[in-house]
Amino acid sequence: MNAIIVSTLLGVIMMFVSWGTSNIKLQRRIGLVGMAVLIVANLAQLNGWWVVNFDTKGMLAFNQIGLFVNLILFIITFIYLWINGAELDKIGNHTADYYAIFFFILCGVSILTSFDNLLMLFIGIEILSIPLYILTGADKKNLFSNEASLKYFLMGSFSTGILLLGIAFIYGATGSFHLALPIMNPVTKMPVQHFLMSAGLLLLFVSMNFKVSAAPFHFWTPDVYDGAPTVFTPFMATVVKAAGFVAFIKVFEVQRIALGQTTWIIILPFVIVSTLLIGNITAVFQRSVKRMLAYSSIAQAGFMLFALYGISIFNNEALILYIVAYSLATIGVFAVLIKMKDYSFESFNGLAKQHPVLAFLTTLFLFSLAGIPLTAGFFAKYYMLNALLTAGAGIWLLIVAILFAAVSVYYYFKLVQAMYFVEGTPAIHPIDKSYELKLWVIAIILIVLGVFPSLLFNYLYF
Amino acid sequence: MFLLIFLLIPIIAAVFLFIVKKETSSNAIAISAGLLTLLGAVYIAVNKIDNFDATWLLSINSRFVLQADGLAKILVLLTAISFPAIFIATQKNQIQNKNSFLGLMLLTQAGLMGVFLAGDALLFYFFWELALIPVYFLCSIWGGEKRIAITFKFFIYTFLGSLFMLIGIILVYSNTPDHSFLIESFKHASLTNGQQLAAFALFFTAFAIKMPIFPLHTWQPDAYEQSPTAVTMVLSAVMVKMGLYGVIRWLLPLFPAAAASHAHFVIVLSLIGVIYASFIAIRQDDVKRLIAYSSIAHIGLMSAALFTNTSIGMQGVLVQLFSHGINVLGLWIIADVLEQQTGTRSMKALGGLAKKQPTLAILLVGFAFANIALPLTNAFVGEFLMFNAIFQFNPWMAAIAGVSVVLAAIYTLNMVQKIAYGNISEATSAMSTPNKSAQAVLIVLLVIVFITGVYPQPLFNMTADTLHQLFVK
Repeated sequence: MNAIIVSTLLGVIMMFVSWGTSNIKLQRRIGLVGMAVLIVANLAQLNGWWVVNFDTKGMLAFNQIGLFVNLILFIITFIYLWINGAELDKIGNHTADYYAIFFFILCGVSILTSFDNLLMLFIGIEILSIPLYILTGADKKNLFSNEASLKYFLMGSFSTGILLLGIAFIYGATGSFHLALPIMNPVTKMPVQHFLMSAGLLLLFVSMNFKVSAAPFHFWTPDVYDGAPTVFTPFMATVVKAAGFVAFIKVFEVQRIALGQTTWIIILPFVIVSTLLIGNITAVFQRSVKRMLAYSSIAQAGFMLFALYGISIFNNEALILYIVAYSLATIGVFAVLIKMKDYSFESFNGLAKQHPVLAFLTTLFLFSLAGIPLTAGFFAKYYMLNALLTAGAGIWLLIVAILFAAVSVYYYFKLVQAMYFVEGTPAIHPIDKSYELKLWVIAIILIVLGVFPSLLFNYLYF
Repeated sequence: MFLLIFLLIPIIAAVFLFIVKKETSSNAIAISAGLLTLLGAVYIAVNKIDNFDATWLLSINSRFVLQADGLAKILVLLTAISFPAIFIATQKNQIQNKNSFLGLMLLTQAGLMGVFLAGDALLFYFFWELALIPVYFLCSIWGGEKRIAITFKFFIYTFLGSLFMLIGIILVYSNTPDHSFLIESFKHASLTNGQQLAAFALFFTAFAIKMPIFPLHTWQPDAYEQSPTAVTMVLSAVMVKMGLYGVIRWLLPLFPAAAASHAHFVIVLSLIGVIYASFIAIRQDDVKRLIAYSSIAHIGLMSAALFTNTSIGMQGVLVQLFSHGINVLGLWIIADVLEQQTGTRSMKALGGLAKKQPTLAILLVGFAFANIALPLTNAFVGEFLMFNAIFQFNPWMAAIAGVSVVLAAIYTLNMVQKIAYGNISEATSAMSTPNKSAQAVLIVLLVIVFITGVYPQPLFNMTADTLHQLFVK
C-alpha cells in the first residue's frame, strides 16, 4: 500500500513543481529525491517498519514477492532516471511533468504487483498505459513520435477492450472478480469447465500478450519503440514490460487450471516459439540499432514467457533475475545509443579506438543480453532454462530456446564487430567522465550478479 | 589453494598488461608470467595436489572446485609449455597494441587451464566459455583479411555447441541425487535411457564441434588460416584438446551405456574425417591449411580411439593429447617463421630452405617425422596404442585408419620436399638471419619429442590414476 500511496502523492507533487520553480536542474533533483523516497517507502513495507494499510475488501493483497518486484523496478527506474536525467530535459520543456508521469506509471506498476481482483488488474493496466501514450508522443514536433503515440493509443485501447471483455466473461461464468481458484466440482474435484470461463481467459491471455509484446500480438512494438523519443524507449522496454509480466504470471498462476493444463501447454509454447522466431529473425535484418533493440526486446520477452510455463519458486526466481539482467543491460545500451548522432550500425564503427571504455561497457551490456557467462544475462538464461526443465517441459523447447539464443548472438555481436573490428570515426556527442561512471555502476551490478546471482534472492528468504 | 593461485597467475598478468600502456616490457611480462605458470605446472605434474574447494553458488549448490588428476595434469602441462613457447617464438612479430594482444592470450590460457582443472560442471561451463571470448577478439582484431566473418562463424559454431552442453548439464543436474554440479554426483545421476541418450547427444555435439569431428569441422581450416599465427598455435595445440578432454572427463564416465551403443557411429564419423582431411591435406598448397587439415586427421584418430572404450586406447589418447600438442606447435612455429621471413605461405613459392637456413630445415624434418609418427618420436607411442585399440574394436576400421598413416607420410614429406629441398626460390632467398629465439624454442620442443618418444614412462605414470578410475571399477 505504501508504494501506491506514495507514488500517487509524488506524482501530484511533481505536477505542481514546475509552478514553484522553473529551474530544470532543481526539478530533476526533486524527481530523483522523490524516487528515493518511493524506494524507502516500499522498503519500509517490505521490512515491516512502517506500513499504511486499510481494508481493501480483497481488492489488493501484498506479498513478499510482489513487494520485492516493486523494489527492483523502483531501483531500476531510479538508475534509469539518474543516467538519463539530462537527456530528459532535451525533450520539450516539461521536465517536471515527465517525472509526474513516471510516478503515475510506477503507481500502476505497484498495483499490478499486488492486485487480487481482476478489476484492479484493469485499473492497474490503465494507469500504467495512459501515461505511456503521452510519453511516446512527448516529442510534439516530431512526426514519428506523433505517429507512434497514436498507433500505441489505438492498439492499446483495443487490447484494453479485449481485456475488459475477458474480465466480463469471467464474471459471467463465476459471478466474481476475484483472482481465486475457479469453482470446483464437489464430486470430481475437477474445475468446472465453463465455456465463458475459457473464452474469458483466452481473451485475457491475448491482451496480456499484447502488453508484454509477445507475438503474434507484437506489431505495435517496433514502431512505438522506434518512434518514441529514444530516452523513453528503454523505460517502456524494461520497467513497463516487466510489470506486465508480473501481472501476467499473477493472473495465470491460478487461473490456468480453469483453462486446463493441456490447453495451457499448447497455447503457451505456441506463443513463445513464435515470439522467439519473429523477434530474433527480424532483428537480424535491421539496419538501425534502435530498431534492432526493439525487436530484440520482443525476443527477450519470448525468453521471459518461459517463466509462465510452470508454477514454482524457480519460475519466480528466474523471472526476477531475468528482469534485472535484461533491464539493466537494455538501459545501458540505450544510454550509449542516445549519445550517438545517428542510430545505424555504421555509426558505431571504430568506437573502440576513440572511446575504449565506452566500447567496453557497451560490449558488456550486449554480452549480458546475449547471455555470455560472467554477466547476469547468463544466469538469467540459466535459471530460466532450469525452471523450464523443472516444470516438466520437453527438451525440444529448451533446444528451440538455445537455438534462438544463438541467433541473438548474431545481431548483438554485429554491434561489437562494428565497434572493435571496423575502422571508422564514430559520430558521437561528447561524453563526460561522470556519465561513464554511471554506466560503470550498471556494469558492476551486471558482473556481480553474473558471478553471484543468488545475492539477488537473499531478500526473498531471509 | 595452490591451484587457485596457479590459475590466477595469468589472469593477474593479463590485467596488469591491460592497465600498463607502455609496450617496451610487454613481451617480458607475458613471457615471465608464462614461465612462472610452467614452473607451477611442472610442480603440479610431479606432486599430488590437494583439491581446491570453496562454496560458490549456494542456492543452486554449485561449488568452485579445482582438481588435478592425471588427465588434468598432462593437459595443464601442455598448456603451460605451449604459451611461453608461443610468446618466445613470436616475440619479434609486428603486432599493433601488443599489450592487449598478450593480455588476451593470457586470459585464454587461464580459461583453458580452468577447463582442465574444473571439478564442477557449471564451473567447467564457465571456463569453457571464458576460453572462447578472448579468442574471438584475438582473431577478429589481429587476423587475416576475411577475419571477421570467419571468426564469427567459428564463434557461433562453438557457442551453439556449448549451449547444447548447457542443456545437457541442466538435464543431468536435475536428476542428481543431491542436486549438485560436482562430477561425482553427476556420475550418480539417475537418468532414464531416453534422458541418458539425450544428454549424451547434447554433450557430444559440444565436444564434436570443438574437436572437430566430421561433418562439424567446417569452421576449422578457415579459422586456422585467418587467425594470427600465435592464436592458431593455441587453437590447434591446446584448444582442440578441450573437446577430447570433455569426452574423457564427462562424456564417457557419465553416459557409459549411450557411449557404448553409439561407439560405432562416432568411430565411423571420426574415420571419415581422418581420411577426408588427409586427402584434402595432400591437395593443399598453403602451409597453414595443410597443417590445419593434418591436425583434423590426427584429432579424428584420437576420437576414434577414445570411443573404442579400451584401456589401451585410452592410454594412447592420454599420451597423444600431449604429444600432438607439442608436434603441431613445432610445425606452426616453423610455418610462422617462414611466413614472417618470406612473406608467403604458398609451398610453390618456397624451396631450398636446407641451403639457406639449414638449422630450420633440420628442425622441420624432425617435426615432420613426428607428424608421421615414426618410431623414436613421441607420436609413435600414442598412435601405436591407438591403432591397437581400434584393431581390437574392429580390424576393418583399423585398416581404414591405417591408410591415414600412409596419407600423412605423403602430405608431410611432400611439404618437407617442397620447402626444404630444391633450389633456393625467390621467396626463400629473401630470408634474413635466422630467428634465434624461435629456433631455441623449436630445439627444446624437439628434445621433448624425442625424449617422450624413447622413454614415455613418465607420461604413463602421470596419467595412471585417470586410467585406473575409468577402467578399474
